[in-house]
Amino acid sequence: MKNPYRTQNIAFFFLFLATLLIMVPVGLIVAIIIQKGLPAINWQFLIDMPRQGMRAGGIFPAIIGTIYLVTGAIIFALPIGLLTAIYLSEYSKDNLLTRLIKLAIVNLAGVPSVVYGLFGLALFVVFFKFGTSILSGSLTLGIMIIPVIITTSREALESVPQSFREVSLSLGASKWQTIRHIVLPNAIPGILTGTILGLGRAAGETAPILFTVAAFYLPQLPSSIFDQAMALPYHLYVISTQVPNVDEKIRYGTAFVLLALVLFMNLVAIIIRYKFRKKKKW
Amino acid sequence: MRKLKELIIEKVILICGLASIFFVVLIFLFLLKEGLAVFKIVSPFKFLFGKSWYPISEPPQLGILPLVLGSLLVTVGAVIISIPIGVGCAIYIAEIAPLKIKEALKTGIELLTAIPSVVLGFIGMVTLVPLAKNIFHIPTGLTALSGSIMLAFMAMPTIVSIAEDALYSVPKTYKEGALALGATHWQAIWRVMLPAASSGILAAVMLGIGRVIGETMAVMMITGNAAVIPSSILAPVRTLTATIAAEMGEAVVGSEHYFALFAIGIVLFVISFAINVTADLFLHKRQ
Repeated sequence: MKNPYRTQNIAFFFLFLATLLIMVPVGLIVAIIIQKGLPAINWQFLIDMPRQGMRAGGIFPAIIGTIYLVTGAIIFALPIGLLTAIYLSEYSKDNLLTRLIKLAIVNLAGVPSVVYGLFGLALFVVFFKFGTSILSGSLTLGIMIIPVIITTSREALESVPQSFREVSLSLGASKWQTIRHIVLPNAIPGILTGTILGLGRAAGETAPILFTVAAFYLPQLPSSIFDQAMALPYHLYVISTQVPNVDEKIRYGTAFVLLALVLFMNLVAIIIRYKFRKKKKW
Repeated sequence: MRKLKELIIEKVILICGLASIFFVVLIFLFLLKEGLAVFKIVSPFKFLFGKSWYPISEPPQLGILPLVLGSLLVTVGAVIISIPIGVGCAIYIAEIAPLKIKEALKTGIELLTAIPSVVLGFIGMVTLVPLAKNIFHIPTGLTALSGSIMLAFMAMPTIVSIAEDALYSVPKTYKEGALALGATHWQAIWRVMLPAASSGILAAVMLGIGRVIGETMAVMMITGNAAVIPSSILAPVRTLTATIAAEMGEAVVGSEHYFALFAIGIVLFVISFAINVTADLFLHKRQ
């Protein structure tokens, strides 16, 4: 007879091994980039223009470009995402339309990022004639992060207890007043978390900006939203595959800055969520 | 007056609620608008099953079979690696890990989700690629296998978090019943919890596959970009996504090449749509 407890020990050992197989590489990746990238970082690297075909100098325009793109994306995506979340959580009934909206959100989240790039090229660059510009890129990234914002905001709104709404309505407030003054303020931390996660996602994506904004090598700052711009993720792609003989240090340094930026945003989001959970009174 | 204001606000919110549907339709329409033109030059059959992709030769040869096979090979490899590891990790997090470790593991998974794919591609280039080259003694480490490993890794967060959700939502009484009948914890997991969570786990795997097929940057950086029918898992390949990303920059707007790349976009959109709708059905079946 097999001993079931021995089988269990063996099985649990393999499950633990599977977990290690994911966690160890994650740790290694972050460690490698910090170890090799951190020494490359200095003030000069962060605020200098790239020089000699990106083989020397800094990454300032790429940082600025990414900030512009992310800001643009969130300006576009936050209102639409938040209002959709409000619709789904407060107004929608359990009917076919709601089902369709939810399905559309799932699909929007699943569309490959390079297809967003194609879409942005066809709609914003060519059809609306915005050209290869910060505007086109921001709008493309914006549509891409809408599902992230909807999902997290909706969760935040739905976690506000039903009794809050009932009390407000019973005191004579209208539906919108209830949402505006009772539901939204209580959901702010969750919405903020979603917004920051969306920002992080937009900052790290490369494929959607390949044909909508990205300038290969542009050692100057954009002057308007109709200009091309460099961006961190695209810059990392370019210097690690397209330009030969780039100093290792510059590659690792760029990877470090990008990773640090994205992880920092995620960390902030995690902290906000954690504090909010602890503080929650209900 | 107040009623009117309420009504207006409600309508505005409804319109925004419809935006998601609008965007999905818009994406599909614009892909069709730019992509269907390619079928004036090449028949859909020849496009899908043509064996050579030379988009800029004269006349252009626009058969995407090598790219489809490239995507398929990389995806199958990634799925074989990621299912046991991903589901195993999900079981560990949901059932075995103590609470504190559970939180830490979940944060680790979130961290992995957050790492931009171009950073993972870069890391793959400096670690996996030389490793594959040395282990298998091949001229280049830029192979389908390297891509599969990296993609398996990138699909993990999706598989782990959805599978864990599925396990979590199995009613506690199922497990308690099994334990009360004298089953060990593992027997309860294997014979009761996993079957009960099977449709959710299936959805997790499907969404993982969706993630793998759609992944672009990392795969472009480490699979070697050879648009030929792959001979083995240790040969360089080119996926559908990488083809668009690598070539659209050079394609002239309105050229045959441009249309063909959009047609590849249609193929990708349809695949991801099918995967997401099916996965959604599985998830709803569970509830």
